[in-house]
Amino acid sequence: MVHQPVLALFARKWSRTFVALIVGLLVAALWTLSQPSSAFAADAATGPCVADSATGCFNGTIKGVGAGVKIVISGNGQEVTAVTDADGKWNAAVTVAGSYTLTLDETTLPSGVTMKSEATQTRDITLGFNKGAVFTVNGGTTDGGTTDGGTTDGGTAETATGFNWDRLAQQSASGLRLGLLLALASIGLSLIYGTTGLSNFAHAEQVTLGGLLAYTFANQLGLNIFLATAIVVVIAGFTGWLQDVIIWKPLRKKGLSLTQLIIVTIGLALALQYTFQMFYGARTLRIIMATPETIDIGPVTFTIESLWAMGVSIVVLAGVGFFLTRTRTGRATRAVSDNPALASASGIDVDRIIRIVWIMSAALAGLSGVMLGLVLNGISWQTGMQLLLLMFSAVTLGGLGTAFGALVGSLVIGMTVELSNMVLPGDFKYATALLLLIIILLVRPQGLFGRKERIG
Amino acid sequence: MDGIIKVLYDMSASMILPTTAAFVIAAIGLNVHFGFTGLLNMGQAGFMLIGAYGYAISIGAGLPFWVAFFIAIFAGIAFALILGIPTLQLRGDYLAIVTIAAAEIIRMVGRASILNDITGGSNGLTGESFRNPFAEMSLFGDGQTQILWFEFDNTGVNGWWARAVTWFMVFVFAALVWLLMRSPWGRVIKSIREDEEAVRSLGKNVFSFKMQSLVVGGVLGAIGGVMFILPTSLQPDAMGRNMTFLIWTAMLLGGAATIFGPILGSIVFFALRLMVQGTMRLVVPDAWMNIQQTEQFSWIMVGVALMLIVIFRPQGMIGNKKELNFNV
Repeated sequence: MVHQPVLALFARKWSRTFVALIVGLLVAALWTLSQPSSAFAADAATGPCVADSATGCFNGTIKGVGAGVKIVISGNGQEVTAVTDADGKWNAAVTVAGSYTLTLDETTLPSGVTMKSEATQTRDITLGFNKGAVFTVNGGTTDGGTTDGGTTDGGTAETATGFNWDRLAQQSASGLRLGLLLALASIGLSLIYGTTGLSNFAHAEQVTLGGLLAYTFANQLGLNIFLATAIVVVIAGFTGWLQDVIIWKPLRKKGLSLTQLIIVTIGLALALQYTFQMFYGARTLRIIMATPETIDIGPVTFTIESLWAMGVSIVVLAGVGFFLTRTRTGRATRAVSDNPALASASGIDVDRIIRIVWIMSAALAGLSGVMLGLVLNGISWQTGMQLLLLMFSAVTLGGLGTAFGALVGSLVIGMTVELSNMVLPGDFKYATALLLLIIILLVRPQGLFGRKERIG
Repeated sequence: MDGIIKVLYDMSASMILPTTAAFVIAAIGLNVHFGFTGLLNMGQAGFMLIGAYGYAISIGAGLPFWVAFFIAIFAGIAFALILGIPTLQLRGDYLAIVTIAAAEIIRMVGRASILNDITGGSNGLTGESFRNPFAEMSLFGDGQTQILWFEFDNTGVNGWWARAVTWFMVFVFAALVWLLMRSPWGRVIKSIREDEEAVRSLGKNVFSFKMQSLVVGGVLGAIGGVMFILPTSLQPDAMGRNMTFLIWTAMLLGGAATIFGPILGSIVFFALRLMVQGTMRLVVPDAWMNIQQTEQFSWIMVGVALMLIVIFRPQGMIGNKKELNFNV
């Protein structure tokens, strides 16, 4: 992991970030009006029941049914009834570990709403743990179509397995969109990797931060979305500077190895994720509350927000390309990636370049977070995290050779994620992209555009 | 006062939980990878998950306990081989990315709704569907027993039987790793960590040794996965990336490249987390921080602790700095 040629490093960082973005975009595209399900949401379900040594908590969220739906939990000599609140959330405490039968009382469902999942489910619980149970309904008044963490993936994907050209066009366009947004986020990952050699696992949290701040400014404070975006980018850039000053620069001076630094980024990512959760909760938040307007372009339907996001991504990507190839600072950045010692000897202030890279990466990640929030029609504490591996895949896939390779990597990952949906159930789409990464490493470890001697 | 006693009870109870022991087994496996061989495995939860699925699905298919157990081990071996072949010849961080990606693939495939009949989809599999064969082997009979201030069922879901077996396994595996690491094989493994090129120049097949290490640690991960689900249930999302990061934190806290590091680290880790959470709950008024937030706060502390350990004390509580090699 010593210093590789600038472009190689650049490309690598790029791909990683890109993958993450692409995934996000794809998700957004597929569920334009809905939000991606979160694997972890169940863990974070809220409610007054607290699991401790004497209590176990059942909980869940039934979207679209509102308050008053009853769930009876019985077993082990206990019977507890949970009732949903206005958000469809419910929870119940039991004091004996073991297996329970959870029965949703269908007579309490609002009229016109029917069960999609089984109304009776069995769950095991251990004291001191939370256990989620997922009930899904047809015909609920879903806000954005969200269902609870865990089950969401089903619906959209399965209805859409048949092949037709219109669908191919729509999926390809969505793939392009995901690819572009991934590319936007991956630039930062790639630049940081290039100049410092660090695989930054906390980069995804910069993306999430951008989206959440956009929620604060555009939704909570009601600012115009363009103004809010500008503010978010500035704040995100500031966090990048701050990180470099208080964490990364001192650690570089301290001489920590790259492996240690990677683990530090993982710790940082963990801390940031739960900080977001603490302040914003585990819900998915919408940056713009209005129902998105859509535009038909031939067979492809996009929301206005999506088109804006793609346009902004293309302009910014072009701008970054221009910066890196045509400006003095940009060329110095590439020189540092190539060989920091030599760059330093040539009179380049390496610390300054790295600082600029941190600011830029964080700002770009923040921007991509805003775009993702708009395109996915919502942002939550884990939006970035879900995309991180796609970013890494894209950077690795593109190869260590060129920045161009990383961009291509992002687009390939974006397309893979979206197009795999045409033949496979939606559950597998991220998995397909990750599998592609492993296969590429197997047959061509240097990536699509990399040069062989650079993989150590 | 009651609150303090409850926090202390929770902390002491967490130290003997069977899930803590299962976690320790997985951490010992990760220690073989990272501590002794220098492999940057970021997908240990994937090994756990594949072992858990291998066991639970086999039991569900009506196979006897030991067959299911060996299927879980075999699943761990197969997963290690599949991961190792493309990556062990490459630079260390490739292994990190591939293992984390592969672990996610296992999780995503496991929770896919199309496999609902086999894996239970995102709901996972209930403990009832696979735990009985294990409980039937219990030597402890029925009833409850009190030891110190702990009172549990002898055989029940989360009783003394599960505790005894899992902690006995911890003891066996720790001894096994100790023996392995002082054998000629272990010396080669450790010298690979120190200087791969030097080992290669001595005519050793570095790739093969790394692969063996990956398999050994992976099998421990798979067994840890099986033991982890026995007292609870199989939830694919419970064995995601964060589980891997927790194992890393616990291992580094105790001390990588030591025999007792992963054990000590895991026990201290869980107890400390409960202490932070319990203390916050007692001390901080609800208006400032509600119960969810105290839990989130304890996770933030985990992240911060991981950073601080790696920066200021990479050898952990009982490790030796010279034994560590972070330059993968």
